[in-house]
Amino acid sequence: MPSIIEVQSVSKSYWRDSFEVPVLNSITLSVPEGEFLGLMGPSGSGKTTLLNLIAGIDKPNGGSITVAGTNIAALSESQLAKWRSTHVGFIFQFYNLLPVLTAYENVELPLLLTSLSKANRRKHVEAALSVVGLSDRMDHYPKQLSGGQEQRVAIARAIATDPTILVADEPTGDLDKHSAEEILTLLERLNKEFKKTIVMVTHDPRAAERAHVVRHLDKGELK
Amino acid sequence: MKVLKLIWKNSMRHKLRTSLTIFGIAIAVIAFGFLRTVVTAWYAGVEASAANRLVTRNSVSFIFPLPYAYRDRIARIPGVETVSFANWFGGVYIDKNRFFARMAVDAGTILDAYPEFRVSPEQFDAFLKERNACIVGADLARQYGFKIGDIIPMDGDIYPGKWEFVVRAIYQPRDEKIDGTQFFFHWTYLNERMRAEMPGRAGEVGWYIIKIADPADAASISGQIDEMFVNSRAETKTETEAAFQQSFIQGTSLIINLFNFISFVIIGIIMLVLGNTMIMSARERTKEYAVLKTLGFSGQHIVGLIAGESMIISVLAGGLGLLLTYPVVGAFSLVVPKSWFPVFYIEPSTIVLAGTAALLVGIAAAFFPIQRALRTTIVDGLRFVG
Repeated sequence: MPSIIEVQSVSKSYWRDSFEVPVLNSITLSVPEGEFLGLMGPSGSGKTTLLNLIAGIDKPNGGSITVAGTNIAALSESQLAKWRSTHVGFIFQFYNLLPVLTAYENVELPLLLTSLSKANRRKHVEAALSVVGLSDRMDHYPKQLSGGQEQRVAIARAIATDPTILVADEPTGDLDKHSAEEILTLLERLNKEFKKTIVMVTHDPRAAERAHVVRHLDKGELK
Repeated sequence: MKVLKLIWKNSMRHKLRTSLTIFGIAIAVIAFGFLRTVVTAWYAGVEASAANRLVTRNSVSFIFPLPYAYRDRIARIPGVETVSFANWFGGVYIDKNRFFARMAVDAGTILDAYPEFRVSPEQFDAFLKERNACIVGADLARQYGFKIGDIIPMDGDIYPGKWEFVVRAIYQPRDEKIDGTQFFFHWTYLNERMRAEMPGRAGEVGWYIIKIADPADAASISGQIDEMFVNSRAETKTETEAAFQQSFIQGTSLIINLFNFISFVIIGIIMLVLGNTMIMSARERTKEYAVLKTLGFSGQHIVGLIAGESMIISVLAGGLGLLLTYPVVGAFSLVVPKSWFPVFYIEPSTIVLAGTAALLVGIAAAFFPIQRALRTTIVDGLRFVG
């Protein structure tokens, strides 16, 4: 399988007041297309930072990150925004749905950035909500859904544009065991059935078991 | 769903806060509109002045009269079309609180000089024919219930004695900018009484109103008139009607400037109220903006979301404020005696100014929240705990 994600000698550090805090030290990582990669590690090990860099929502201090043939480290902010809208589906720990929008409208959000007609957007939204099993809840607001359902809407939002990769940051971190199982099964299905490349950050060993490959980060280094 | 819908839903997310902001701004817009209307009313006389009218008065002071004999000499100056004149009568109708402008005028020429006072030919004929007839403005007639044929008794003060006037005509102001509260009667009636009772005051005119053919000649004709009466017992000062009216309100210019200043301070208050709301709203949504950026929404989209929300609030508030300004100004003009502000209406420019101010404030109030939202990185935004 060709690599869809190539991380080459990536370093990242943050400034806290006048102190530079190194987070990632010369990370090199290759993720083949269709992979379900789990990233584990203790708090502060840099796993979310690596995920953010792969998703193009943060920029490295050094090295290169190539996703689907594009060196995203070299893109400008506006180019990155456009790139993210077509290539990345992001699943957050706390779902991050917009509370004023219904499930349907939340899933439709990333499609507003495309040139799809209203009718085509509807098809995409309905298909995405059907995949996550929430066709009957499309008119519900986030506050009317359970945590597990909210996360499924968030997954529907992430897959609505049919992105190249899915990145998930602790997708089961805020869920009970049963809901977590459902979400992990759904991610597995997206990987197997829909051939989605998934990079998932998790603390949970049970979640990591669902991944094909698990890499551990510790003190900014990949083990 | 369109982005506009998201902007609208965001605006209405905190209904109480948005409503209070809208009402706060609306009240400020009403205050702005009201103050501007007061300022407009103050300058109504100046605004209604005709460019082709000059006023000649005694150079010492407006309260000193001019000889009636000047009339024909002024009329002979080339470029002068009509020479009319008037005396301030004063007087008391019932009591001193019932004040309105009462003037003795040259009956034959007054409507030539002031075509903005419209009287039917029949009524004007009736006015001309009767020695103690008077013309009252439509607003004044409405205020006191004057009808054609009514007798209006007055106690003279500047011109002592008991006076009685018969209403023979009611003039309609040409438009809302024209004072509809004036009272005119025959100068000959006044002059005859003076000749009989106070001969030393007969043949006196308060001021001349001179209608000229070409407003461009105003300066030259004014100069010729004043030149004509230099070294006479009553030297003259001739100026445009606008300058003449301006001289009456010059003493109050400080108060009016203060009104003007306060009206613009109100715009500042509107901006602070809306700015505060927008800063709070945008701060609460820091994480949501980060999520939108993660989904691929650009900085321009975020600018649109914040500015759109600010504009929605300012437009709703501005619209409500302007809508309510009409009944407020209307109620004020009903409560306050018409003679205080004979011309009291909301000028279109006030509406345009208030509307434009509300829109500009909407844009300005969004400035800081936009700046903050754009500066916040996605990573910091996602970590934000509001």
